[in-house]
Amino acid sequence: MIVQRWRRPAWAGVFTFAVVFVAWYVLTTLTQTISPGRFPPPGEAWDALKQIAVTGYADARLSEHVLHSVKLVLLGFTAATVIGVPLGLAMGASRAFEAFVNPAFLLIRPIPPLAWIPLAIVWLGLGDAAKVLIIWFAAFVPAVINSYGGVRAIEPHLIEAARMLGVSRRMAVREVLIPGALPMIFTGLRLSLQACWTTLVAGELIGAIAGLGHVLYQASLDIFPAMIVVGMAAVAVTGALMTMLLGWLERRSMPWRT
Amino acid sequence: MRSTANVAGSRTLSFRRWLALSIAGFVAFFAIWWLIAASGLVQRQFLPTPLEVFERFVALTHTPFVGYTLQQHLASSFGRFAAGFGLAVLIGVPLGLLMGWFRWLDAVVSPLFDALRFVAPIAWVPFAALWFGTGIGGPVLIIFSGAFPPCVINAYRGAKYVEPRFVEAAQMLGATHFRMITEVLLPASVPSIVAGLRISAGLGWQSLVGAELIVASSGIGYLLVKGQAAISTSIVMSGMIAIGIVGFAIDALLRTLERQINQRRGIG
Repeated sequence: MIVQRWRRPAWAGVFTFAVVFVAWYVLTTLTQTISPGRFPPPGEAWDALKQIAVTGYADARLSEHVLHSVKLVLLGFTAATVIGVPLGLAMGASRAFEAFVNPAFLLIRPIPPLAWIPLAIVWLGLGDAAKVLIIWFAAFVPAVINSYGGVRAIEPHLIEAARMLGVSRRMAVREVLIPGALPMIFTGLRLSLQACWTTLVAGELIGAIAGLGHVLYQASLDIFPAMIVVGMAAVAVTGALMTMLLGWLERRSMPWRT
Repeated sequence: MRSTANVAGSRTLSFRRWLALSIAGFVAFFAIWWLIAASGLVQRQFLPTPLEVFERFVALTHTPFVGYTLQQHLASSFGRFAAGFGLAVLIGVPLGLLMGWFRWLDAVVSPLFDALRFVAPIAWVPFAALWFGTGIGGPVLIIFSGAFPPCVINAYRGAKYVEPRFVEAAQMLGATHFRMITEVLLPASVPSIVAGLRISAGLGWQSLVGAELIVASSGIGYLLVKGQAAISTSIVMSGMIAIGIVGFAIDALLRTLERQINQRRGIG
C-alpha cells in the first residue's frame, strides 16, 4: 500500500512549544489560575535549574547526579547485554538448548523489572549494587528475547546456503548468525535501554544517595515543585540522549542497512 | 512458525526430546534455587527455599499482611490499573485517530507528545504525590502516563496506513470528518489498536507496580515494600509471583482478543 510521505512542518513544533510556554507563563504567573504550590511558574523553574546546576541540590550538582545515574545504567545495561545476547543467540541456534533454558526463562519473564526493586534492596541494601542488579534484570529479558527472535527470523535459505558451502561453525556464527540477528538485537537493546532508565529512576526514588531519582525524591520531600520539573526534564533529556547515542551506534554497526 | 532455521546443523527436536529437556530445565531451575537456599550459603532470611515461598504465598491468601490479604491487595491494584488503563485507551485511541486524519493536529500535537514521551512514567511520582497524596489519583496518573503513548501511537499508525482507496471512496461518497473517522479509520485500524493495547497494558501494569512501591497505602506494590521493610524475602517473592501471574493473565487475555480479531479479518 502506498502511504503518502508527508513531513510535519517544523514551524508547527516551534508554534506548539511557544503556545505551551505562553500558556504556562500566563496561567502560573499572570492570572495565577494554577497556584505555584501545584505547578511552578517558568521563572521559578529557571531559578531551580540555576541552583542545581551551579550550587547543587540533594548533595550534588546536576552534572554529578546525571553522571551517577548514567554510569549505573551503563554498567547494568552492558552486563545484561554481554550475558543476554549470547544466551539469546544460543537459544535461537539450538532447539535443545532452548528447550532446556526456556522454562526458567518463562517463569522469570512476566515479572516486571520494577518488581525486583524490593528484592534487590533486601539483598544488597540501598547502595549502587542493588541498582545495577535491577537494571541488569530490566535489560536482560529484552536482550535475550530479541537476540533469540533475531536468529529465528533469519531467512532459512541463507543458513542452508552457508551450510551447503561448508562453512565452519565459528564462521556460521560470525558471518550469518550475528549479522542476521543484529537488527532485532538492536531493537531489543533500544527497548531495554528505555526500560533500564525507567527502572533506575524508580530505584533511586525509593532509596539512593545520589542520582536524578534522588533529586526527584528530595524535591518531593521538600515540596519544591520547581525542582521536580527540573528533575523530570533532566530525566527526559538524559533518556533521549542515551537513546540517540544507541541509534547512532546502531547505524554504525550495520552500515549495510543505511 | 517458519521452517527450522538451525545454524548449528542439528535436526529438529522430536516432541519427546523437547518435553524431556523442558522438564529437565524446569526441575534444574528449582533444584539450583533449592540447593543454594538449603546449603546455607545464603542466609535463609534472604533466600528461602521454593517450598517456603509457596507456603508463604498460600498463607498470604488467608492471613492479612499490612491490613489486607493478597487477594484484597491485588483487587485494589487492579482497580487502579483498570482506571489508569481505561483512561489511557479512552483518550489515547481517539487522539491517535484524530491525529491520523487531521494533519494540522498531527503537526501541532506530535512535537509535544514526543517530548513528553521521554519523561519516564515513574518520574511523575513526585507530582502524583504532590497533587493527589496517597489517594487513588496518584497511581492512576502514573499508570496513565505509562499506558497512554502506545494507545496514541498505534491508533495513529493504524489510521495512517489505511488503504487510500477506502479513504478516497468514502470521500467521494461525501463522508463527513466524523463518519470518516468512526466508519473508515477506526475499523481499519482495529488490529493495530489492539496490538497497541497489549503493549499499553504491559507498560501500565509495570508502572502500577512502580507507583505502588512509592505512593500507595494498599496494593500489591505496597505489599512488596512492606515485605522489604520487614526483611521478609518470602513475602517479597510471593508478591513478585502474584504480580507476574496477573501481568501474564492480562497479556494472555489481550492476546486472545488480538488473535480472534485477526482471525475474523483473515489476517492471522
